[in-house]
Amino acid sequence: MSGHTYSALRHPLVDPPRSLSQITDEIAAPMERAPSASFWAALGAAVALLALGAGMVTYEVATGIGTWGLNKTVGWAFDITNFVFWVGIGHAGTLISAILFLFRQKWRTSINRSAEAMTLFAVMCAALFPLIHMGRPWLAFWVFPYPNSRGSLWVNFRSPLLWDVFAISTYFTISLVFWFIGLIPDLATLRDRAAEGSLRRKIFALLAMGWNGSGRTWHRYETVYLLLAGLATPLVLSVHTIVSMDFATSLLPGWHATIFPPYFVAGAVFSGFAMVLTLMIIARKVLGLEHMITVRHLENMTKVIIVTGGIVGLAYGTEFFTAWYSGNPYERFTFINRAFGPYAWAYWTMISCNVLSPQLFWFRKIRTSPWAIFVVTIFINIGMWFERFVIVVTSLHRDFLPSSWSMYRPTVVEVGTLIGSFGLFFTLFLLFTRVLPMISIGEVKSVLTFARQPAGSASHAVPAAAAPVLEEGAA
Amino acid sequence: MSPVSQRRFAAQFASEEPLLAATREARERGFSIDDVFTPYAVHGLDEAMGLAPSRLPWVCFGAGLTGLVSMLSFEIWTSAVSWRLNVGGKPFDSLPAFIPVAFEFTVLCAGLGSVAALLLRTKLWPGRAPAVLPGTTNDKFTLVVHARAESDETLRALFEHHGALACGPLQPDAPAPAAPPAIATVAP
Repeated sequence: MSGHTYSALRHPLVDPPRSLSQITDEIAAPMERAPSASFWAALGAAVALLALGAGMVTYEVATGIGTWGLNKTVGWAFDITNFVFWVGIGHAGTLISAILFLFRQKWRTSINRSAEAMTLFAVMCAALFPLIHMGRPWLAFWVFPYPNSRGSLWVNFRSPLLWDVFAISTYFTISLVFWFIGLIPDLATLRDRAAEGSLRRKIFALLAMGWNGSGRTWHRYETVYLLLAGLATPLVLSVHTIVSMDFATSLLPGWHATIFPPYFVAGAVFSGFAMVLTLMIIARKVLGLEHMITVRHLENMTKVIIVTGGIVGLAYGTEFFTAWYSGNPYERFTFINRAFGPYAWAYWTMISCNVLSPQLFWFRKIRTSPWAIFVVTIFINIGMWFERFVIVVTSLHRDFLPSSWSMYRPTVVEVGTLIGSFGLFFTLFLLFTRVLPMISIGEVKSVLTFARQPAGSASHAVPAAAAPVLEEGAA
Repeated sequence: MSPVSQRRFAAQFASEEPLLAATREARERGFSIDDVFTPYAVHGLDEAMGLAPSRLPWVCFGAGLTGLVSMLSFEIWTSAVSWRLNVGGKPFDSLPAFIPVAFEFTVLCAGLGSVAALLLRTKLWPGRAPAVLPGTTNDKFTLVVHARAESDETLRALFEHHGALACGPLQPDAPAPAAPPAIATVAP
């Protein structure tokens, strides 16, 4: 994983140069100093939102899902929109940690840890919605096949909703394990930094599980890390594919489309990268990590957004074309209604946020200006939420029978629950930046020499004679 | 264990390049490498140490295969044998619909199986607290080789040629890995 690659065409990943121990100190610093007033303010705000959400969910569970704005025509709306939105956000972490790892994209090392943490928190938020939609969340274990006194009556393995149960729970478990395995060497670093006999040292010693940096252990560790990346890659693609099948396997115009799996996966990566950028731009500023999460990292991510945003835009166009080309009047009606019906405002919000706003990233000035990126990513986050809303609600609200046409409007309880999920997400993320290293210490150390001539680097008191054996296929 | 393998000689370096060069040369000169301790995964170290490729991918494959076969059989058994339930007139044994869950379970078993095997094989579990060479998890790279007392001078010359910060023999009865006195006193 280390980089000896030197080429005048490559730019260093950590800039300005740092020594190995400086990297340890700088990444550990946010965990070792007292939280700032702005941290407490942010945490207080996040916890307040979380409390609002908890109140709304409590009220909903105690009263029933009649507190939502659903009706006989629109039986699926806000809840599933939020679920798909959060699952989508959760895709960027694994994409960065697994797919970019397999493609040997060394710039991922500064952002993979926090993107993976973000994935876990987003999947937690997502899982919350089907759980509360059950109405009786204490019976949630019914979704798993287990021997029971009703037959045994088994779950229906032909249902995409059940596939979702397995996809989301597997995705969460594997992401958690992947994240934790990546953390072990850093936990050992933190253990060895903490004062002898302190509680901090005991906790990190327990979590680091006796890691001592042995080359034999590293060798096996790297093997398993590669295996997990190889497993997580098809997994992450399968998760949103299966989420899209919740819709695509139905017979409803607007949902029943074979384009859904790639369309959803691209949308998920698109929204996930937008959310990673939103969080990173704030975190690098607040925690003073601008030399590790450099503008170049941000720029690379905006390029991923251009590509996935392009795929999403193409999918919107293809859906429309197919609806017209199919000659199916119901299909045609659904799409004309989507763009020009009562929910046209939502559709055009989606188009402007997801198709138009990422085009700004073609300009280098915008790609390299953190605050401009921040604004665009906020638009993308909004646009991707509306995409799910548009797909779910506009396909349902005017069905085959005009007498049952109706409109859907979220209630205060539903909006409060969505706000609460943001509260949960930010609370967990803020706590994470305080208790664990937000950037992978070990992996950043391994790319310190990337694109830098070894002789000039501070960490290299190496006689030139020792270098020739290290020559590798550069560039 | 022979007396040779019990006596060890350690050298500490400030970066990966001299460590790799020293490891390669020590091995070429016939010394047996006990272990190398580094703050991050050093590319090419496995080859320099002469480590054989890990067999953990086989564990991963086996665990994945077990997951695939067991989940497919379970799905077929529950849907077509234990309680045949007619869902929209579809066949009881509707294999294509069973693939997504079987795939997810394959990945789950393969992932958890490889990680469990890694932790068992490298003896990593909560409560373990081996001695850690100073600086290993921060910025020091340490090479430990098996050596008889008479080769100490050869080794010292070899490691100092490669720019070792400190080197010296480890105590024969020291718990592995313990720092040689010379290393323990190296200024950070």
